[in-house]
Amino acid sequence: MTAVSPTTSEDEPILSLRGMSKSFGAIQALVDVSLDIYPGEVVAIVGDNGAGKSTLVKILAGVHPATSGTITHYGDDVTLANPADSRDLGIAIVFQDLALCDNLDVVSNLFLGRELGLRAMDEVEMEQRTWELLRQLSAKIPSVRTPVAGLSGGQRQTVAIARSLIGNPSIVVLDEPTAALGVAQTAEVLNLIEHLRERGHGIVLVSHNMADVQAVADRVVVLRLGRNNGDFAVADVTYEDIIAAITGATDNAVTRRATLQGAIFTRAQEGLSS
Amino acid sequence: MSTSKTQPPSNNTPAVELAPAVGMAEMWTAFRSRVRGGDLGAIPVVVGLAIIWTVFQILNPTFLSSANLVNLAMQSAALGTIALGVVLVLLLAQIDLSVGSLSGLAAAILAVTFTQLNWPLPFAILGALAAGAVFGWFYGFLLTRFGVPSFVITLAGLLGVLGLQLWVLGRLGSINIPFDSWIVQFAQLMFLPDWLSYLLAGFAALAYVGSHLSLANRRLRAGLLPESRTAILLRGALLIVALMFGAWYLNTDRGIGLMFLLFVVLVIAMDFALKRTRWGRSIYAVGGNVEAARRAGIRVDRVYISVFMVSAMLATLGGVLAASRLAAANQSSGGGDTNLTAIAAAVIGGASLFGGRGSAWSALLGIIVIQSISSGLTLLSLDSSVRYMVTGAVLLLAVIIDSLSRRSRALHGRF
Repeated sequence: MTAVSPTTSEDEPILSLRGMSKSFGAIQALVDVSLDIYPGEVVAIVGDNGAGKSTLVKILAGVHPATSGTITHYGDDVTLANPADSRDLGIAIVFQDLALCDNLDVVSNLFLGRELGLRAMDEVEMEQRTWELLRQLSAKIPSVRTPVAGLSGGQRQTVAIARSLIGNPSIVVLDEPTAALGVAQTAEVLNLIEHLRERGHGIVLVSHNMADVQAVADRVVVLRLGRNNGDFAVADVTYEDIIAAITGATDNAVTRRATLQGAIFTRAQEGLSS
Repeated sequence: MSTSKTQPPSNNTPAVELAPAVGMAEMWTAFRSRVRGGDLGAIPVVVGLAIIWTVFQILNPTFLSSANLVNLAMQSAALGTIALGVVLVLLLAQIDLSVGSLSGLAAAILAVTFTQLNWPLPFAILGALAAGAVFGWFYGFLLTRFGVPSFVITLAGLLGVLGLQLWVLGRLGSINIPFDSWIVQFAQLMFLPDWLSYLLAGFAALAYVGSHLSLANRRLRAGLLPESRTAILLRGALLIVALMFGAWYLNTDRGIGLMFLLFVVLVIAMDFALKRTRWGRSIYAVGGNVEAARRAGIRVDRVYISVFMVSAMLATLGGVLAASRLAAANQSSGGGDTNLTAIAAAVIGGASLFGGRGSAWSALLGIIVIQSISSGLTLLSLDSSVRYMVTGAVLLLAVIIDSLSRRSRALHGRF
């Protein structure tokens, strides 16, 4: 499969969400949220529990259509009313629970729902493409013919991500891809995300883990209580700034005071103990 | 992970640079690690069958006589066809408890429409199959629309369909199907001519070797690991020897019954449908993880409904075959132990009750085990009380093996 050709100008976003609102009954899950997704860029979406990250993912997936707001795809107005719309626009979602069939092998999982071949399935072609794709991603999978239940957590995540690439999407949305993984496996997945960026996909990384975000993301969009609460370039933002935006302590004076007081407190403790 | 050492050292190296073929030694190690990991496949049932045959042969030397084996094959066909449908439903981790009633209804419809209403035989058979399709659709509809567990739906179906069978039979209660009709002849008296049985055996082995060799060639051209040619030819040789010997041995008596042949053809066709078509793949996917299948774009509702329809139609076909073999339909057609024998056959043959595991061959192997026990005990002049108890014990054993291998798979990180 060919990689999405990386666009040289990063001025035009692939997908642009403006003023997205979503309410479930009386509950306002998202209010006036904006998000731009550029090719070859990893944009992280962070926020506390209930900040609206999952709702935003579901809007992108077409699972829950937004109540109001406009979505433009390379400047054209589009709607995401159902999962098919989302797929047609080249948006691939890797959900947190991966949604793999444990009893099927890697090849079957990769091509599930879009098997190749006219009448009977073309297993040879599918296996060949699987190897090709895994090689492009430098993924380490011992065999593509073992049931995926026999794979490690990182390998399963790799399979889920590789599967999202089968339709050659322009945008890949990863929902908490490292939440259940160990240190080494997390590093593998982060490498994989960098590979995806090199291939020119626009990547949305939803994560709780600030270390991961700072390691691979180019831009961080912070959500707080369903609203945008900051859009930073990772290069020129500190960990504390992001945390402050997530928790809502945006007033710098307050945060500075908090750290100051903390310092005084520790010094006092040291004085007591010595 | 127990699999890693058996797999080619592939990782991110191109597949083209891999060893030229999977040899016999690699296949043996792969097989051993699979068994240790709890992926037993057809081993327990084949071993069990060997034990059962040995024990009965020692107890009564006529057990493995060609006459008895010919009978055994003929007895297996009708129930095996029903069990084939049960395998499909089990693959979805569902159950159909009404297969026995459906087969009885089919027998009643066949007998009444053919003998009382004077329908042409093909229409009578189609009528019986159509009843199965309607009930299967109805089960699938109730399951997908209202989310009622299939256990309850088909339990209700068991009673309802039985009532319908009695109503169709009317006051007659028992109807004979004329002995000279071709369906009865087919079920009782039609056997493959000797020459044709050898021809088919040779053709089957050739088809096996040919398809595997061409697949190996395609894989080689595509840069994938092919199966070794020696292994394919060896298995082909074994297959042709086994089939030829089997055909010759059965031919020393009446031979291979057409009804049994029909059953085997159905099993082979279903095996192809399950392993090579999108429909089959979607059945395994739904049985393994419904939510994943749904998100992959599989229309899960259609899979459920189509499987229940095919399963119910196989149950009615089994009923037609059973009635033809008996040359009669009555109020107890499909009653008694038909239901549970068919379900037991599927489970004994290796279809997992937990869904997603099993193959069409489970039905064939399972029904042969059950009929062997039944036939062996009959030869020993033991009555059905012992037969029920022994079959029950074997079923229990099969379910325990299923659960143990599932646990072992979980321990080894396999499904």
